[in-house]
Amino acid sequence: MSDAKTKSTQPVVQTTGHAWDGDIQEFNNPIPTWWIWSFYASVVFAIVYWVFYPAWPIGDSYTKGVMNNITFIDSNGEEKTMHWNTRALFLREMQQSDEALLTKDWTKKVSSASYQQILNSPEMLEYSRSAAIGLFGDNCAACHGHGATGKIGLFPNLADDDWLWGGSVEDIETTLKDGRLGYMPAFKGALNKQQIDDVANFVLSLSGHVVDAGAIKRGQAVFQGKEGGCYYCHNAQGSGLKSQGAANLTDAIWTVADVNAQSDIEKKKQAVKWVIDNGVSRRMPAWSGRLSDAQIKLLTVYIHELGGGQ
Amino acid sequence: MSWVEVSNSLTYVILSSAESDLLYQSRAPVFPRSVKGAFRNLKWAVLVLAYGVYFLLPWLRWQRSSGPDQAVLFDISSRKFYLFDLVIHAQDLFWLAGFLVIAALVLFFVTGLAGRVFCGYFCFQTLWTDLFLLIERKVQGDRVARMRLAKSPLSTNKLLKLGLTHFLWLLVAFWTGFTFTLYWDNAPQLIKDFFTGNAPFPAYATTLFLMATTYVMAGLAREQVCTYMCPYSRFQAVMFDADTRVVTYDLIRGEGDKGRNKVTASLKKLDQRQQQGVGECIDCGYCVQVCPTGIDIRDGLQIECITCALCIDACDVIMCKLGWGKGLIRYTSENQTEGKKSPTFKLKNIAYGLFLLLAIAGLTWSVANQNPVDLSVVQVRQPLFVRLSDGRIMNSYNLRLENKTNKQVNMVLMIQGLAGAEIDTGQLKTITLKPQDTLKIHARIRWQPSHSTKLARPFQFNAVPLESSSVGMITTDATFFAPGSQY
Repeated sequence: MSDAKTKSTQPVVQTTGHAWDGDIQEFNNPIPTWWIWSFYASVVFAIVYWVFYPAWPIGDSYTKGVMNNITFIDSNGEEKTMHWNTRALFLREMQQSDEALLTKDWTKKVSSASYQQILNSPEMLEYSRSAAIGLFGDNCAACHGHGATGKIGLFPNLADDDWLWGGSVEDIETTLKDGRLGYMPAFKGALNKQQIDDVANFVLSLSGHVVDAGAIKRGQAVFQGKEGGCYYCHNAQGSGLKSQGAANLTDAIWTVADVNAQSDIEKKKQAVKWVIDNGVSRRMPAWSGRLSDAQIKLLTVYIHELGGGQ
Repeated sequence: MSWVEVSNSLTYVILSSAESDLLYQSRAPVFPRSVKGAFRNLKWAVLVLAYGVYFLLPWLRWQRSSGPDQAVLFDISSRKFYLFDLVIHAQDLFWLAGFLVIAALVLFFVTGLAGRVFCGYFCFQTLWTDLFLLIERKVQGDRVARMRLAKSPLSTNKLLKLGLTHFLWLLVAFWTGFTFTLYWDNAPQLIKDFFTGNAPFPAYATTLFLMATTYVMAGLAREQVCTYMCPYSRFQAVMFDADTRVVTYDLIRGEGDKGRNKVTASLKKLDQRQQQGVGECIDCGYCVQVCPTGIDIRDGLQIECITCALCIDACDVIMCKLGWGKGLIRYTSENQTEGKKSPTFKLKNIAYGLFLLLAIAGLTWSVANQNPVDLSVVQVRQPLFVRLSDGRIMNSYNLRLENKTNKQVNMVLMIQGLAGAEIDTGQLKTITLKPQDTLKIHARIRWQPSHSTKLARPFQFNAVPLESSSVGMITTDATFFAPGSQY
């Protein structure tokens, strides 16, 4: 053994005190006391947990825990009490938490108010907006998109001021409840190529596009005459008809033919002609069976507010 | 002690079990002795004041035209902090940062002048330890009695005294935790709910947690908190310099040439001691006995010293009795004890003071000049814009109006900076903001951008009050986007 003085900077260890084969000793590096106590505390916690929570498997069942039941309303509307589990906890939370009760209060308030009252109350508008965003995302956004701008030719844009079926709260509610069937027949075959070209020219001129004057005149005759019969739905002036969901052709908004996206007049004409050739068939399902009246009311207010309604 | 060679480079020292105690230092219990004096009185005064404020404030009622009638209430659910007539809304919470800057500067300023004043007089660890020590002393007696009790074998008397001490500690700890909880809810209602089992879970959790920490920190851990846990003791040291007034033992006066000595027959008088070169310290140990952190101030400035100044009181008592004059231990600086010039206000301290005044002025200005009504604008980004049937472009915005006054405010919304644009808020023509209320409004702006304008166009929302009152026009910036915008 060397001189102690030269070793004084070496690490210091403790042994367990045993010696085997004369000089083999075991180092003793005890666990810190705080760690030991934390360990004991977690053991005690575990035992307490076993009593109150589902814990031990027994055969094909398990210990359920005592004095820790959860009462909630199940999907049949019956009150149900069962042992602690996160599913029941979630259901109870959705039914009885402060937030859930507050939501219930506000929904009740909104559903018992008239549309006029709602539209004049910033608080009820605010609640409708925040509640309907979720409803819209769950039920409407799949077609109309998250920002309610739809998809041209397929699903109408709900965020602008153009309303095929009417933009008053009453009209919107009817649309939501009963659904809509948007239909325009295909004129391919019924009208010849020249006539369709003429009608397309006339339709474009309605919204201020500059096209051949002769074509406009011929197109107008087809549009307003028995041959085309377009005026049945679109009106002689082309301003559309709410009861048929027929589009207003005189404004800057196109709901089926994507005229605004085309760069030159020839392409715009092609887009309009395609619609006249093939017609339109669009269907919005009825929601009265799937959503409650209160939910439809919230959605109505929300959609009405997006573009400002009518 | 023996040595074992593990490898060529590594050698371990093997300890016997008796020596192994060296591995972990166990706490040497401290039994501070009571002392009377100027600093002790000052500390009691601070303690009474601080406890008075802390324990009574949540019960103070306050008249407000709207909101709760509690003077100080931190209302989490409505996101408002009520401080007497000041209501702090969530978006004004940056004032807290200003307050913390001020607190830090006060700490820098005071520590540079007089050392760890915060630790010694104002820190809650010190205040609560003081109270717990008082309880300990009232139940178990002063230092000697407590030491004797600690050494004595287990008996009914010992159990009773220790039990009563811990019971009273827990009681104080409970009321401390509960009082903290009272600041976050209506106090008179919460106390009823709390003891009938109807209080919300966080109230019980907070109370129990703070009760536990108070009991452990002030009752069991005590000076270990200051020495091992608290970072202040470490970083306050860097704010000291040779001119900082700290609690100091006057080495020259106390030790003389030959060191301190007890009072003996030949060393009774001051002139006798001076002749023999013996210092004025009579080594009575009173300064060590009163120290709550168990150190000897005569060893000089130490990390454990919280500058509670009780050793000054202790030494003054003895020096007065001997008639040798107070101040053997006193607030003084390193330079002063060495007889050098030692200015109180150095450039550093003056600079800290100036920054402190600036920070206070800044915060006061910010609080005093807050907008009575807040208007924040968030643009609806999906869709960013919509083309309308008349060819105009529409952008939508979610506006949030918050009335911070105690009066109802009627406002109309207008826009500025978009020529010919139209603002549409549906049927809400005037907006009525109740006192301390918030409203969210969906506003649509319709505008025909001309082809020459840049199409990400900044403009302003103006909320204009209808009545002439202290509330002026509130303006908030927004941007209008149109197709083809570069943004």
